[in-house]
Amino acid sequence: MSTDNVVEIQNLSFAYPSGRKVLSNIDLAIPRGKVIGIMGQSGCGKTTLLRMIGGALRPSQGDVRVFGTSLRGMSQRQIYALRRRMSMLFQFGALFTDMSSFENVAFQMREHTTLDEALIRDLALMKLHAVGLRGAEHLMPSELSGGMARRVALARAIALDPELMMYDEPFAGLDPISLGVIGQLIRKLNDALGATSIIVTHDIQESLKIVDYIYFVADGRVIAEGSAEQVKASLEPYVHQFVWGEADGPVPFHYPARDYVADLLGSPGA
Amino acid sequence: MNRTTIDLWVGIFVALGLAALVFLSLQVANLTGGTSGATYTLTARFDDLGGLKVKAPVKSAGVVVGRVADVRFDNQTFEAVVTLRVERRYEFPSDTSAKILTSGVLGDQYVGLLPGGDIENLQDGDAIELTQGAIVLENLISKFLFNSTSGSDAKKDANGPEDEFEE
Amino acid sequence: MMNPAPMLRRLGATTINALWRLGFATRFLLATVRHTPAAFRRLPLTVREIYFAGVLSLTIILVSGLFVGMVLGLQGYDTLARFGSSEALGVLVALSLVRELGPVVAALLFASRAGSAITAEIGLMKATEQLDAMEMMAVDPIARVIAPRFWGGVLAMPLLGMLFTATGIIGGFLIGVVMIGVDAGQFWSQMQSAVDLRQDVLNGVFKSFVFGIAVTWIAVFEGYEAPPTAEGVSGATTRTVVTSALVILALDFVLTSFMFMR
Repeated sequence: MSTDNVVEIQNLSFAYPSGRKVLSNIDLAIPRGKVIGIMGQSGCGKTTLLRMIGGALRPSQGDVRVFGTSLRGMSQRQIYALRRRMSMLFQFGALFTDMSSFENVAFQMREHTTLDEALIRDLALMKLHAVGLRGAEHLMPSELSGGMARRVALARAIALDPELMMYDEPFAGLDPISLGVIGQLIRKLNDALGATSIIVTHDIQESLKIVDYIYFVADGRVIAEGSAEQVKASLEPYVHQFVWGEADGPVPFHYPARDYVADLLGSPGA
Repeated sequence: MNRTTIDLWVGIFVALGLAALVFLSLQVANLTGGTSGATYTLTARFDDLGGLKVKAPVKSAGVVVGRVADVRFDNQTFEAVVTLRVERRYEFPSDTSAKILTSGVLGDQYVGLLPGGDIENLQDGDAIELTQGAIVLENLISKFLFNSTSGSDAKKDANGPEDEFEE
Repeated sequence: MMNPAPMLRRLGATTINALWRLGFATRFLLATVRHTPAAFRRLPLTVREIYFAGVLSLTIILVSGLFVGMVLGLQGYDTLARFGSSEALGVLVALSLVRELGPVVAALLFASRAGSAITAEIGLMKATEQLDAMEMMAVDPIARVIAPRFWGGVLAMPLLGMLFTATGIIGGFLIGVVMIGVDAGQFWSQMQSAVDLRQDVLNGVFKSFVFGIAVTWIAVFEGYEAPPTAEGVSGATTRTVVTSALVILALDFVLTSFMFMR
């Protein structure tokens, strides 16, 4: 593969120690500068995939290469060094509840740099300004609405100008306006920072507006991929069902059951 | 919560805690009083200590003048040797006598010093010659019992019931 | 006939699980202690935790201490008066508080006030992915979250224990001397001659210190290991209080037998 891929995943499988298999034989490449969507139903292993890119979980099989180096056999210290170049937006923001918006954004600057207080203040306010919440610097997370909290979390995620951004369900539980705002911010920040973004989501309509390329994951494997236009036009039954939100299709509406007629008409003792 | 407010409260908290420690050390455990000042040691031999323990007070005329520092048994003379640590500011004549007494009927035992009339005073390391051991309650009771049964012979001396038995 | 195998298997599984948990908790404690320099290099973090563990427990500690001391004064006087030695009230109040009640009751209150709060806070941080987020920012949560809370609790506990003991003795004084009329001089002087600084007071403080380590360790471990759900966090909070109470009483027995029985 070309070296301009920020993340390369080869033949990756993952199973929990309990034996439950989550991912099998995944191949992915995330090229630099792009916004990539990874879509799939809830519980199909998307978040697991993100955690593996972040080095929080180790693959059972296969390899993950981030910024050209393999995570295989990396020490905790090396993984921490790698994580400073990436950033993750968690499902519900995961803001530190005991700190104000400003302190949340300044957190990484205080932890990882020796910048003086005045500079940290300027930088943090710039990040908050980028998400339109410079005026909310003193508010605590409990005083923010869901959409605002997500934007503060976004400002926190870009605090140290990461090269790789990962979004875990960035649209979950947002009203339509906030949803549009977050979507636009993800795209704008990615282009402004020259970063690469991975969006894990099941919100297909919103993400189709902003992503360059999409992978579909179902039952632990990649079943389809393509650009936004290709996906919309796709006739592949699963993709079609997913994109258009149909109740029945390759993913059945009914949980596997006995034959309906036989179940109702057959005598209970038979 | 503001940083300076937290600092202030934690400061108050630590100060209160230290004040409690000072209170416990000075007012409750009396670090300053007792034998913390300059002291000198005296020894005294007793035939019977009763329940005297290390750290028991040494009193003269009812005032605490020192503490029992050590108690041991002399295997040559079969007596108990008690080391007393007396405060430097109290001096006693060299013919002072020591008694083991009890505070109240069932209270703790202490060493009582009864000053004599000598001109010279006891020095550090001196021994008190005149001593009287503890009155052991069992001995007292049995003496009383035997005295009352043996009627007129009761005026035998105080050396105990054994003597009476032998007679 | 009953088959003993399943019962034995269950016993074995329980034992192995308990040992595994204990081992895990020990490794967790070692990791926390290894990050001690982080907690003290950034003192404001630890000071903040002293505030939450110590200052916020002050009210309950002081009020309870006062009442325990007053009850000791009443009960002690009632009993001692029967033997005509009510002047020994000071000794009774002081020794029972300094040696036993102060450290133990303060630690029990600390476990239910501060310990449960620490568990709930850490458990909630875990449930809302705050700890994961920190981890992804290349900040070790054990250094940033656990170690300051651990040391905050460990440092606050002895201070709280001493404050409990001191207010308790004042409570005993109020009841015994001010209300009932035991002679103040006798009250204090008998206390002073019976209470030894090293043997009684410092041993009591040492007990407090050990209880502080135990309670805070349990609290941070339960929080960190709580299942990341609402039920998980509430269950962990309950476990903190119950485990702490049992551990405090067991440790108290062990420490007392080493300290005072010779």
